[in-house]
Amino acid sequence: MAILIDESTRIVVQGFTGKTGTFHAQDMISYGSNVVAGVTPGKGGQRHLGLPVFNTVKEAVEQVGADASIVFVPPAFAADSIMEAADAGIKYCVAITDGIPTQDMMTVKNFLRRFPIERRMVLTGPNCAGTISPGRAMLGIMPGHIYLRGEVGIVGRSGTLGYEAADQMRTLGIGISTSVGIGGDPIIGSSHRDILERFEADPETKVVVMIGEIGGPQEVEAGIFANEHMTKPVVAYIAGLTAPEGRRMGHAGAIISSAGESAAEKVAALRDLGVTISPTPSAIGDTVAAVLARM
Amino acid sequence: MDIHEYQAKEILTKYGVKIAEGGLAYSPEESVQRAREIDGNVWVVKAQIHSGSRGKAGGIKVCKSHDEIKAAAEELIGKNLVTRQTGPMGKVCSRAYVEAGTQIAKEMYLCFLIDRSSERIVMVGSSEGGMEIEELAQTNPDAIKKIFVEPAVGLQDFQAREMAFSLGLESTQLSHAVKTIRGCYRAMRDFDANMLEINPLVVTATGELIALDAKMSFDDNALFRRHEIAELRDKTQGDPREVAAADHGLSYIGLNGDIGCMINGAGLAMATMDMIKLAGGEPANFLDVGGGASAERTEKAFRLVLADKGVKAMLVNIFAGINRCDWIAEGVVHAVKNIEMKVPLVVRLSGTNVAEGQRIIAESGLPIITAGTLAEAAEKVVQARNEVVAKEREGK
Repeated sequence: MAILIDESTRIVVQGFTGKTGTFHAQDMISYGSNVVAGVTPGKGGQRHLGLPVFNTVKEAVEQVGADASIVFVPPAFAADSIMEAADAGIKYCVAITDGIPTQDMMTVKNFLRRFPIERRMVLTGPNCAGTISPGRAMLGIMPGHIYLRGEVGIVGRSGTLGYEAADQMRTLGIGISTSVGIGGDPIIGSSHRDILERFEADPETKVVVMIGEIGGPQEVEAGIFANEHMTKPVVAYIAGLTAPEGRRMGHAGAIISSAGESAAEKVAALRDLGVTISPTPSAIGDTVAAVLARM
Repeated sequence: MDIHEYQAKEILTKYGVKIAEGGLAYSPEESVQRAREIDGNVWVVKAQIHSGSRGKAGGIKVCKSHDEIKAAAEELIGKNLVTRQTGPMGKVCSRAYVEAGTQIAKEMYLCFLIDRSSERIVMVGSSEGGMEIEELAQTNPDAIKKIFVEPAVGLQDFQAREMAFSLGLESTQLSHAVKTIRGCYRAMRDFDANMLEINPLVVTATGELIALDAKMSFDDNALFRRHEIAELRDKTQGDPREVAAADHGLSYIGLNGDIGCMINGAGLAMATMDMIKLAGGEPANFLDVGGGASAERTEKAFRLVLADKGVKAMLVNIFAGINRCDWIAEGVVHAVKNIEMKVPLVVRLSGTNVAEGQRIIAESGLPIITAGTLAEAAEKVVQARNEVVAKEREGK
């Protein structure tokens, strides 16, 4: 099982022939991901990395059966590319692009909601490291070798902090079912809660690690979901205990702008909801190990 | 990105929002000149800095004569103004806005912002203006009206009317209220604003509806297509270190501690700062060098961190994904040699090609302290910082 992607996922790369797209497409292919095509408008008919290039996502869906896409398109054009994927019938899209205007994402989310739920594309990101189901498929830009295959699901906003967590678990011999980067922007495709719901339904995942940060209501909403609807234990770490109020900490979404958004407030709320808190970022692996040992 | 009150008002007037007559001045003499151009016998001299709470900090002065205007402007222009929002350093006021005094019959609050939960623009209003909305949300949440806007169709007149009535406006003011509210929404969309706040929106003694103050904040990610907004950036209002960092495409935030940090990825950067704090130290900055940290970028980041003379020790924490640890290590060695570092440096590398990276650091012969884990890195840098402080004390 695993969630969102596995060996059978047929991947199309949007922004395929650009420098970033090329580099990461190659990396995904060498990891063993089933990349079937790329899209670069105006370069249709060419071949790149031994794969067909199409002008539109629709052609990639129709001609080679692509069902997942990854977006490396520059910020000014990325929202358009995401909507193109949704319209073409792509089931799952990862948007890697960092720097998409917030109001563009507002349009994207509104566009996605127009589709009936059974035909609605799942989006993760933007501004994320992507998704990996270790040993099966990688739809992202992460270093694949730090993830062991196993039973712990990871969901987090941050790329490198997610690597840190996976690496701590690898050192302890703990494997990952799927790791999902949901991105650091204020408006994103899927929330922590959306991904928790998928992990709860995945028979292979036994424990879920949620890596959050300051800003926004998401982590606490996810905690409420875990409390009310999940049988599986959730371990959480919230970054940004030292962050000053009103300042944007790198991620466009990481800004404490109202009550309940600071790390300390989120930690307190999650603890009350029965979520196991990793007190420090270096204790994520050990906290998961302790939870697994109790099962 | 924030802009000044007078700039926000300039934008809003183009969208049909009424404001009091006013003009900008860079000197006390110019302030008096502006007042002469405005009718009436009461004026307000307002410090133009990127901060709220200016009134409480003495940044807004009501004047009844030209002499008073001159004195008020002398007190404000060229001075640092400390408000509740600026931090102890305050912000420099390089210009004042001189406005006609307004006789206020009623004060209200109106704000537009992007709501992260509904992923829409929300209009927030209250008939109790003049006070801060955060305060109002605590003391009287029922007095706050929220109306969400469907992005595809935009703000509708019925929504503007609903807000106007909930603000307690009279039917004679209705058509102008609708124009004001729609204008604000349009300005927000047209310029990719994240936030637009009119506090207070007032009804004057003569029944006019005017924006007495205006605050706008814009999406940094959209500035590439909003050149007219990007040009309004006032670099004097930012921390000079942050302005320099932005010029190099680095994400830097100055903090009050003495341990310099260079980390890749915003989440890992926040987590590392948390670890430093837990180990008993205080970070001097937040610095995300991003994914492709080249040797040149690394050196720039080092210079930026060390430009803060309060830094007593520095920590580099890199988890190489797209990067490779050997490239980072070469960049660090190069930077340390070029800059002649005087404070202890702790480096923790992890991820792709970590062994090679560690070998490069070890063989450089430089006094770099290495760490294997995040916890170890934080402990070592705090220890190094404490040793520096202890030595300084002995020296004295």
